[in-house]
Amino acid sequence: MRSSFYTLNNGSAVPRRDIPDLDRNDFLQLILDALDHGWRASSYFSLHHGDGCQLYCVLTAPAGLELGIISTTVTDGTLPSLSTLCPQLHMFEREIAEQFGLAIEDHPWMKPVRFQRPMERQGCSGPTGMTPGVTDFYQVQGAQVHEVAVGPVHAGIIEPGHFRFQCHGEEVFHLEICLGYQHRGLEQMLLNGPHPLTMRQMEAIAGDTTIGHGLAHVMTLEALSGCAVSDRAHALRGIALELERLANHTGDMGAIAGDVAFLPTSSFCGRIRGDFLNMTAELCGSRFGRGFLVPGGIGFDCSAGQAESLLSRLATARKDLGNAIELLWNTPSATGRLENTGTLSKETARELGLVGPAARACGLERDVRRDLPFGIYATQPIPMVCASTGDVHARTLVRRLEIEASLDYLEKCLADLPDGNLHLQPAGLAPDHLAVALTEGWRGEICHVAVTDSRGKFGRYKITDPSFHNWTGLAMALRGQQISDFPLCNKSFNLSYCGFDL
Amino acid sequence: MPDTLLHIVLIVVMPPLLLGVIAKTKAAFAGRTGAPFLQPYYDLSRLLRKGTVTSDTTTLIFRSGPVITLAATLFAALLVPLGKHAAPVSFEGDMILFAYLFALGRFFTTLAALDTGSSFEGMGAAREVSFACLAEPTLFFALITMTRLSGTLSLTPMLNYLSPSVWMGTGAALLLLLAGLYIVLLAENCRIPFDDPTTHLELTMIHEVMVLDHSGPYFGCILYGAALKLYLLGALFMNIALPLTSGNSVADWGLFILSMLILAVSIGIVESVMARLRLIRIPQLLIAAMILTAFSFVLVVR
Repeated sequence: MRSSFYTLNNGSAVPRRDIPDLDRNDFLQLILDALDHGWRASSYFSLHHGDGCQLYCVLTAPAGLELGIISTTVTDGTLPSLSTLCPQLHMFEREIAEQFGLAIEDHPWMKPVRFQRPMERQGCSGPTGMTPGVTDFYQVQGAQVHEVAVGPVHAGIIEPGHFRFQCHGEEVFHLEICLGYQHRGLEQMLLNGPHPLTMRQMEAIAGDTTIGHGLAHVMTLEALSGCAVSDRAHALRGIALELERLANHTGDMGAIAGDVAFLPTSSFCGRIRGDFLNMTAELCGSRFGRGFLVPGGIGFDCSAGQAESLLSRLATARKDLGNAIELLWNTPSATGRLENTGTLSKETARELGLVGPAARACGLERDVRRDLPFGIYATQPIPMVCASTGDVHARTLVRRLEIEASLDYLEKCLADLPDGNLHLQPAGLAPDHLAVALTEGWRGEICHVAVTDSRGKFGRYKITDPSFHNWTGLAMALRGQQISDFPLCNKSFNLSYCGFDL
Repeated sequence: MPDTLLHIVLIVVMPPLLLGVIAKTKAAFAGRTGAPFLQPYYDLSRLLRKGTVTSDTTTLIFRSGPVITLAATLFAALLVPLGKHAAPVSFEGDMILFAYLFALGRFFTTLAALDTGSSFEGMGAAREVSFACLAEPTLFFALITMTRLSGTLSLTPMLNYLSPSVWMGTGAALLLLLAGLYIVLLAENCRIPFDDPTTHLELTMIHEVMVLDHSGPYFGCILYGAALKLYLLGALFMNIALPLTSGNSVADWGLFILSMLILAVSIGIVESVMARLRLIRIPQLLIAAMILTAFSFVLVVR
């Protein structure tokens, strides 16, 4: 099985001609076999190639440590669908159909992904295509069945997305999620890049995952230019990534408490999230880590004094956060609300290819930091935490444990920062290469694949946000639930709209 | 006469203060400063100065809903004695009118919600009436128990009948009655653990979702009506819970105002220390409240 793949390491580049161009049927069979053996599709995308399209599929081994990549060329504009057999591919196939106009044969759920126009070979023609949300929705009919449509304008300050519930009284039969309102045409804009603005755009793929996406991007650039990053830069990148995780997990704990109307934890976590954001600001002057990462290293150093100050602020935040979380855990009315709400089985989670805390809450051991270690995680591992029940409580528990793990990790790293250059000037990008970089953002696996053309410019840059895998998980978690529990389930996944919409 | 005037002044002026006290208590528990005590008044004055937006699909019912609801609640306010003072309007059987004035208000609120044709508001209306059906018997059991004790169907003599000596005689029954009444007080006023008045999540709301389409002065009517309802049920509750009288009318008014503020703080504490119930569990708690008051009735008639 493995011998049939072209394997590579996380954050490395290979010449495109080394990746065998398989026959279409062999390609599909290989994907089927791999997914059957527990591999997972991290990315599956197409690019213009001659008159037809070239397809690449990036697969991750079940126990990690290996990335496989396979490729095929499609000239007749059709591709048989594998979604019925491998549900985790369904969104990728819809995306390929939308971006490249390929006819995906026998796809069970062929609907727009982002309502975008097909990708053009050159340049950038603006992001708009169809009007998002104008499409046919799945409908249930019968006595007492009613439809509830929520969004894209919501009562709270959240991103736009449209949700269609088919309900029987208070029970949800089916939820359909329709996104694309924030489609900016990022992948189209990246063609012929990197441009001067590219790094800023990468940081804004999902504004709350600046470091996660930024790191994946600089890793692809470094792989393509053969630039080695110093230990010090690796360590500080890891610190920034964990600070981002801490801030967002803390915010999520507060938001989950807020959704069950447990106000003390909600208020405290809201403040402590700000403390973590301010620590990132101490590193680079931006609360969200903008400008911290540069290709070849980092933009800002951390002096001994700063490390000292960060350590003491971490200790304070750890104490405050511990109290706030303990309060939530010791309130039976709050934990009772989280248990058995929005349960997702391990089997469903595996079939849908979930990633990140949502997958780990179902008992799936998936963490890029452990499976495909990058940067500092290669030398200094961080323990992976899992839960088993797959409900809102499990997703909250995973966050709680990850907060503790990240705090321990940060204390260890900050106390012992290695020496090294801040950053090196990377050379130009290797032409006709393909680079893959995966990072574990706070939502889960982020996968960036850069394919360069003969001039060393991006012929295609594929971004896969964890939300791309996980939105379907949310829809499935709602089946048979109370519609009033949707906000709580949604918050426990806390997926990105703009990361999905690109 | 001065008592009647004071009664009217209090029901007009004081209800929003309870909301301010509740919010401040919650803020204190959450380690925040919180909005000023008078914030609900500022909100009301802002809403009254605002224009309104009404959907094209709505009819007169939508606009009359908040007005009728407020009018019904204001009339109910004339029937409830505040502290140990007589209510401005009192006659045999007024307790039934009191209960059904609230029902009338609810009827028009839900009708106005259904009038918008929005799926959320329909959902909210369905929830509101389902839970109201379960809360109503509790209120009646409590009132019937009081009728049995005092021998009258009128609120003023009924509530004035209570005194520390009555508590000594039937304390157990009254405690059960108060427990049931407190649960109904929280449920009827959309407080945690039944509903979250501060939430913005339209799918989880009960009362708030029914008034999503109202704006400006109409919404002001709704907010003020809701505060008044809390005030009235609170006054009923405190009349039973603290049947103290000093003999001095002025001191009694002070005592009443103080007891209402204590009630607001207690609601704020309940809202701070517990999370909201799962929607599907709410009927269970309401039925428990009904059983409590029913049992108190059994204790009194035995």
